[in-house]
Amino acid sequence: MNGAPLPDGKGALDLDGLTKRYGEERVVDAVSLGIRAGEFFSLLGPSGSGKTTTLMMIAGFVAPDGGAIRVDGADLTRVPPQRRGLGMVFQNYAIFPHLNVFENVAFPLRARRVTEAELRPRVQAALALVRLERFAERFARQLSGGQQQRVAIARAIVFHPPIVLMDEPLGALDKNLRYDMQVEIKDIQRRLGMTVIYVTHDQEEAVNMSDRLAIMNHGRIEQVGPPGDVYQRPHNAFVARFLGEANLIAGTIDRVHAGEAALRTEDGTLLRGSIDGPLEAGRAAALFVRPEQLALGDGGGENRMHGTVARRSFLGSTVRTQVDSGRGVHLLIDMINAGAMRMPEPGSAVTVSWSPACSRILIG
Amino acid sequence: MKPHRTTLLMLPAFAMLGCIFLAPLAWFFVHTLLIDSDPSDLRDQLVAVLASRAMLRAIVTTNWISLLVTVTVLLLGYPIAYYLANRRGFRFTLVVFCVIVPYFTSIIVRTYSWMVLLGREGLINQALRDLHLISDPLPLLYNQFSIVIGMTYVLLPYMVLTLFAAMKGIDRNLLLAARGMGASGPMIFRRVYLPLSRHGVISGALIVFILSIGFFITPALMGGPSDVMVAMLIERSVEITLDWPGAAVMSLFLLSVTLLLYAVYYRVTDVRRLMGTV
Repeated sequence: MNGAPLPDGKGALDLDGLTKRYGEERVVDAVSLGIRAGEFFSLLGPSGSGKTTTLMMIAGFVAPDGGAIRVDGADLTRVPPQRRGLGMVFQNYAIFPHLNVFENVAFPLRARRVTEAELRPRVQAALALVRLERFAERFARQLSGGQQQRVAIARAIVFHPPIVLMDEPLGALDKNLRYDMQVEIKDIQRRLGMTVIYVTHDQEEAVNMSDRLAIMNHGRIEQVGPPGDVYQRPHNAFVARFLGEANLIAGTIDRVHAGEAALRTEDGTLLRGSIDGPLEAGRAAALFVRPEQLALGDGGGENRMHGTVARRSFLGSTVRTQVDSGRGVHLLIDMINAGAMRMPEPGSAVTVSWSPACSRILIG
Repeated sequence: MKPHRTTLLMLPAFAMLGCIFLAPLAWFFVHTLLIDSDPSDLRDQLVAVLASRAMLRAIVTTNWISLLVTVTVLLLGYPIAYYLANRRGFRFTLVVFCVIVPYFTSIIVRTYSWMVLLGREGLINQALRDLHLISDPLPLLYNQFSIVIGMTYVLLPYMVLTLFAAMKGIDRNLLLAARGMGASGPMIFRRVYLPLSRHGVISGALIVFILSIGFFITPALMGGPSDVMVAMLIERSVEITLDWPGAAVMSLFLLSVTLLLYAVYYRVTDVRRLMGTV
């Protein structure tokens, strides 16, 4: 019975104009989201962007000043947290120090007055899912950070909640362990078919795990979509910069034609890129392109700029080259580190080129 | 090993403690039990004093009153400490003020003020009579009831401060987590809050009990003729019957029990550290 996926269509979450004010400040400002059942959804943003407050409102620990929270159509906005039936993994695990692993995981079942006969196999199944069967008698202080994290996950899923909320659950772990746990959490989520709302400020984590993600800033949602989409087609400069490295070249719109615009940079170069909505010529804008889309030399595409190599940094599997193109334009170029590849030395003059198809003209 | 230079800073305090506390104590025990009386009689002396009717009765009374006081202080102190652990600002300051200020007031003054309230012609009896609720005054003073009230009042701050420290150490996220997992208020209290504050309860109860068994002024002033605690019996032996060897034996007994309980207390605080819940 445990480990079985949830019935289809359970665990859809709707946020409708959710708002929270602390004094004058709107920490969460009219957030509306539709999260599908079984979806792994991340709320990604810098600290103070309102992502944790949004999660706490979903959990019921923070009362919203406006808007509604619905799970599978049922309004939970005024329901106290203990009756929402949502699983939650806290940032610092919040494992009860006076209870052993078994009793920690059994806690939500005891709160639901599950009989002793039914409780034992369910706790054991949850512990098996996070590979902690042999640690049932241990206390939190006898576990490593990763093991404590697993206890917190087992405890959040043992009562089969349709939705599990996770508040930066991997923040306290070191980098290698973090990646392993990402894979593991994602795997459990797929197997159980539950909806996960995942709060993080780590963009790599969000991109790696999420079906879709929402980028938050100043209490508002800047963009929602699958990680690949948001990465390739950011709506504005904030999203472009927050999710990965971005080149943003300032200029004014020169002309607009059929979903494409040409941008004139300060030194007069014309660069082309795609646009989403209508734009008028003469407006200040920026051309966005990812560092891995740029090529040294003129074989990369029709957008071209000239400059000098300022520095080169070795990032492991990639090599990042910075090219200064005058008037404060610094271009970052990422190339796969292919061993014996010859790179231009700092100080040498180069041409940088890229395709208009992977460029976007952004406002603001 | 070279002693740390700051150890010298403790020297005046140690010297004073040695001169006015340890030395007289040692002198008293040595003089009364080994010099004034025959050391070979020591064992008979011990048995005679400790098995005497008066001493046995005093031991029972002392334990009983100390237990009553400990339970009362705990029942009163736990809600106060809980309130303090969850409040800030003016209300916190106000309650702390009310709990702590009496702590700095002379114990004799506090005991007499209770006598003014509880006496036969005291404020409470007068008020009740003026309201025609009673015709004869209630026996509020000179019994175990008044001893327990007086001692509870004196000992409450020790309990509140000990519990407050324990409760402040409880991670609020654990309570949120318990709620998020579907636990009701009573269940969170029973299964999370109480167990996590338990070391505070044990430490507080031990401190109050330890202080109770040595109490003298409050039971002497507010108790009845039959409520004789060990400390009062010691005082009588010294002042009235002039049985110093007897007083020494009783003091030695009381001191050993106190030290034993302190040993338990330190074990408890050690266990607390082992649990990692400090």
